[in-house]
Amino acid sequence: MTRLRRRRQSVESFGQASLPRGRRTLLALVAVVGVLLVWSLLSGLGLVNTVLLPSPMDVLRAAVGAIRDGSLLRNAAASLWRVLEGFAIALAIAVPLGVLMGLSSTLRGLVEPLIELLRPVPPIAFIPLAILWFGIGELSKVMIIAYGAFFPIFVNTMAGFRDVDRVHIRAAQSLGARRYHIFRDVVLPSAFPQMVTGARLGMGLAFIVLVAAELVASSEGLGYLINDARFSFRTDQIFVGIITIGLLGLALNKALIEAEHRLLRWKFL
Amino acid sequence: MSDARKLSIEVRGTQVRYGDHVALANVDLDVYAGELLCLLGPSGCGKTTLLNAIAGFVEPSAGSIRVNGKEVDGPAPERGVVFQEYALFPWFTVERNIQYGPRLRGVHGAELKAISDQYCALVGLAGAAQRYPNQLSGGMRQRVAIARALANRPQILLMDEPFGALDAMTRQTLQDELLKIWELERLTFVFVTHSIAEAVFLADRIVVMTPHPGRINEIIINTAARPRNRTSEEHFAMYRRIDTLFQQTTSPAVTEAREAAS
Repeated sequence: MTRLRRRRQSVESFGQASLPRGRRTLLALVAVVGVLLVWSLLSGLGLVNTVLLPSPMDVLRAAVGAIRDGSLLRNAAASLWRVLEGFAIALAIAVPLGVLMGLSSTLRGLVEPLIELLRPVPPIAFIPLAILWFGIGELSKVMIIAYGAFFPIFVNTMAGFRDVDRVHIRAAQSLGARRYHIFRDVVLPSAFPQMVTGARLGMGLAFIVLVAAELVASSEGLGYLINDARFSFRTDQIFVGIITIGLLGLALNKALIEAEHRLLRWKFL
Repeated sequence: MSDARKLSIEVRGTQVRYGDHVALANVDLDVYAGELLCLLGPSGCGKTTLLNAIAGFVEPSAGSIRVNGKEVDGPAPERGVVFQEYALFPWFTVERNIQYGPRLRGVHGAELKAISDQYCALVGLAGAAQRYPNQLSGGMRQRVAIARALANRPQILLMDEPFGALDAMTRQTLQDELLKIWELERLTFVFVTHSIAEAVFLADRIVVMTPHPGRINEIIINTAARPRNRTSEEHFAMYRRIDTLFQQTTSPAVTEAREAAS
């Protein structure tokens, strides 16, 4: 009975669950410690094969080892660099294209069907093609990451420039703004938030594509680290790689959210 | 009496079509310099369309609109506009919003600051200059929008149901303040509303409009003396007169007859 009532309450508060900061930190801590505890029990009590699922302590030891011999840092840096390169290329192409298409409905009508066709194809499907086109080296990986990051940035930039509120343009016009002023003072600032959102989503995708690309063919990077560990049955190292990817992605996302809040102060008041 | 006064806006045989739909059919209207004119009517009567045509946002499909003797050709700073949805730039502070028009004209430095200070004070928002629109209530936002339009020193202020989204109390306060501003600035005000009470309280003349297609039904001179009182007999009499007019034009018999005729 009480359980039923509790569940009902939680359904009623659905969507507006904003926890106080301290409580949120506490819950996050509980979750992480809980997972570690269950994990330790599973491997400690011999419930699972520790070769397949090493204990948290084993993973920690592997991590310390990988940090000591510099392999973790080297591989993480290689991955991070690829992501940034690919992301920069995506940004350089997607933003101007998105702006143009957001502003011109003719151009939009022309390109949108192609985009809709390509968008559902996971970027990973293009890895074999990228290898054939750009070789097995660095270029193919950077290009495939750029491709992955391209769509979210492009689509959001386009939407941002397309959906400028007409009433803002009218207000500016009646205050004496010319085309150039309207672009600078109305179109750009109102499209900017969605561009930033696109960049954040693009970064997330770049990360996903990165690991996939590195798994297929590479001699360094976190994807490589994971794949290489598989050959020597070092599941502890695999976990180190996976956790590092998670932490790196989390840090990048946090950094971008922080940048978003600083750049768009007016939006988060 | 008003014929001797200077004409501010001349609307001549103006029609606005959106495709097949006639939003405004053949409207003639004179607006005199310095008067407070209300366009009153239900939705679909073309009042906002007429205002948008005067503002230069929509182009008439027939007829012409002249402002100070010059044909309207798009929006211009001489015609300030206040929108129902405020239309403040959320990425600018209150001060930057108010400074926008003067800044485009090349005003800068201390002079620019003096203008925004003056108009912030005029609408009672001196303390909020550095805040962003998102931090303000609806009533405060509309005050900023009025200040922004006035700071650009227009000759005409066009207002499209500016208080339509506000609660009744805030609405009354802003009506009082708007009248004070009007008496102070002595501009031509064209004010769109669907509230008879609002039109009776504010206007020198009330342009009563009716839909299907949007047109002017009657222009009523509001004889109530200023300062006005919302609960005076005079006010109620004027209210009744306009209300009766709407009852007649929208009564089932009239609507039926019109439908049969068309």
